[in-house]
Amino acid sequence: MLFQKKTGRAGAFAALAVTVALVATGCAASDDGGDGGSGGDSGNLAITFLPKNLGNAYFDTSDKGGEKAIDEFGGTYAEVGPAEASPDAQVSYINTLTQQGVGGIAVSANDPKAICDALNEARDAGVKVVTFDSDTNPECRDIFINQATSEGIAKIQVDLIAEQIGDEGEIAILSATANATNQNAWIDLMKADLEANHPNITLVDTVYGDDDDQTSFDKTAALLQTHPNLKGIVSPTTVGIAAAARYLQTSEFKGKVALTGLGTPNQMRDYVEDGTVTAFALWNPADLGYLAAYAAKALIEGDITGKEGDKFTAGDLGDYEVGADGVVLLGDPYTFNADNIGDFDF
Amino acid sequence: MTDLISGGTASPRVYKDYSRPLWQRVLLTREGAVYAALILVIIGATLSVRNFGSPITMTYLLLDVTPILLIALPMTLVIITGEIDLSVASVVGLSSVVLGTLHQAGLPIEAAGFVALVVGAIAGAFNGFLITVVGLPSLAVTIGTLALYRGLAVGLLGTTAVTDFTKFWTDLAKSKIGGTGVPTVMILFAILLVVFAIVLHFTPFGRGIFAIGLSSEAARFSGVHVERTKFILFVLTGTVSALAGIYYTLRFGSARGDNATGLELSVIAAVLLGGVSIFGGRGALHGVIAGVLLIGVLGSALRLANVTSDVINIITGVLLVASVVSTSVLNWVRTKRTRPGDPKSALTPAKS
Repeated sequence: MLFQKKTGRAGAFAALAVTVALVATGCAASDDGGDGGSGGDSGNLAITFLPKNLGNAYFDTSDKGGEKAIDEFGGTYAEVGPAEASPDAQVSYINTLTQQGVGGIAVSANDPKAICDALNEARDAGVKVVTFDSDTNPECRDIFINQATSEGIAKIQVDLIAEQIGDEGEIAILSATANATNQNAWIDLMKADLEANHPNITLVDTVYGDDDDQTSFDKTAALLQTHPNLKGIVSPTTVGIAAAARYLQTSEFKGKVALTGLGTPNQMRDYVEDGTVTAFALWNPADLGYLAAYAAKALIEGDITGKEGDKFTAGDLGDYEVGADGVVLLGDPYTFNADNIGDFDF
Repeated sequence: MTDLISGGTASPRVYKDYSRPLWQRVLLTREGAVYAALILVIIGATLSVRNFGSPITMTYLLLDVTPILLIALPMTLVIITGEIDLSVASVVGLSSVVLGTLHQAGLPIEAAGFVALVVGAIAGAFNGFLITVVGLPSLAVTIGTLALYRGLAVGLLGTTAVTDFTKFWTDLAKSKIGGTGVPTVMILFAILLVVFAIVLHFTPFGRGIFAIGLSSEAARFSGVHVERTKFILFVLTGTVSALAGIYYTLRFGSARGDNATGLELSVIAAVLLGGVSIFGGRGALHGVIAGVLLIGVLGSALRLANVTSDVINIITGVLLVASVVSTSVLNWVRTKRTRPGDPKSALTPAKS
């Protein structure tokens, strides 16, 4: 009786169409999430990179380095990440990766503690966890790939700024997010170095640009307004230094306020060539990602467990040994200036 | 009577509604359609997305969806009265920040949680005051308080995140009941669900809520305390949002000013998907649960299949539009079924 009248059938079709549309969206995700067996077996070379946030040139380079390594040894590469560098966003992605049963995660942590529980759950499910660039607490991960010693990174930036402002005056720090492990480690070491070796330099302020270009730009402007006698800015984040250089280039402070920190050659080339920035430091982020991928592979295949003294080979980069606390050092930081910036492309 | 009110309102119950057999009355409803869609999506996802069928998926899904489930309960009541509360996500952020700052200042976490609940209740009371006493429209008021409370939350903490919480409580937030994959927090949700269901469907207060949604003037003349009811409902949304904020903070272990930004849209989308009419006067809690789970399952399955979050948002948006439009389409279809001269057309056409 319900379906005999023409309009009754139309009503039934309408309801059916709605349901089919819903099912279609449910089935739209019919392609496989990735190959490889369930986590924990030594053949599962599906390694996913989880940077602090997506859309960051530094992480684009490091993740490409990881992709190159993974292609070399025949694994499966994936990159996921939040749009904003916040700790709780990373937790959701780690949970999804645990469900998917990947072989290894390479993560740059937004906070040393907040993602610990999620990472430990992943490790319980057999996923190997490698941190790179920014560490978590040591009990939550298997290995940490440190780009250089934290002391070395802090010292080179302090040396550069001291040289550029004549070893006396006011400086400020433009950092990334307030919780980032690596930023806080470097800032603390910079403060210690300044106190011990540069008594005439005063650090007047530390502001946070959240690794967002516009925010860092605005914070630089605010810094220069609030501290009229500022002679130098140190920005240990590639997003921050690029934004600060962009501000200085078009402002009255160009050439008067020194700017240094950690930056990528491609982003900083213009500013070095026109004199806004004299010199800055970094390492090769592609090498960092490359080494992280090889470390994950060594862990998955059972060659190493992350304890001190383990050795593994990382493709073109050679042999590496695990140090104390499961830390592997990539190398030393490198100074870029007008003489050598043309030689690099990253 | 009902055609004096523009837009859709609940259809007047007539004998033909009771002339259908019980199974038709129970299953062939808006809520039944949502449950059917939910079951189909679950089956489809289990078959087509790898790793979806494991118990850990259900655990993570329920853990993720709990704040929406919690807030959807009082939000259903608010929407049934014809009002809306857009500030719930900001109250989540505010209570998260209050919990974090107080705990960091040394207060034990239980006391900090209690203060956060009180802050949520005050936030809801402020909303209720502006809407009932001053008489402003709820859409305008809650858009304003959305910005106000979010600003307060971010202002209190900046962009720092407090991440140091007592391990006992963060573990409890993520723990599961025994060997099943069901999170412990579902017990809390089940208690609240029972309370809200009883209030909405089995008390005079609940009948008053439906009456206000159908016609607040008629409700006032029937003896329903319209202002008092609305005020209580907004205090409830504020308090339950604060509770969801506490859970959110403990589950992620991170108190930030911008926690749960945009959550209010997910809550309202789920409530509308669950068969509650945006114009008020119609709705049931079991449909809302199905709506929340449907959005949660879709999101979880798509994330597992590595679909980006933008596509997930598009699909959720299409679902929501379809659910609202389908109501009007089915109504139009039903009016077409009634031919002119038909004795049934003497009744006012069923709307909504």
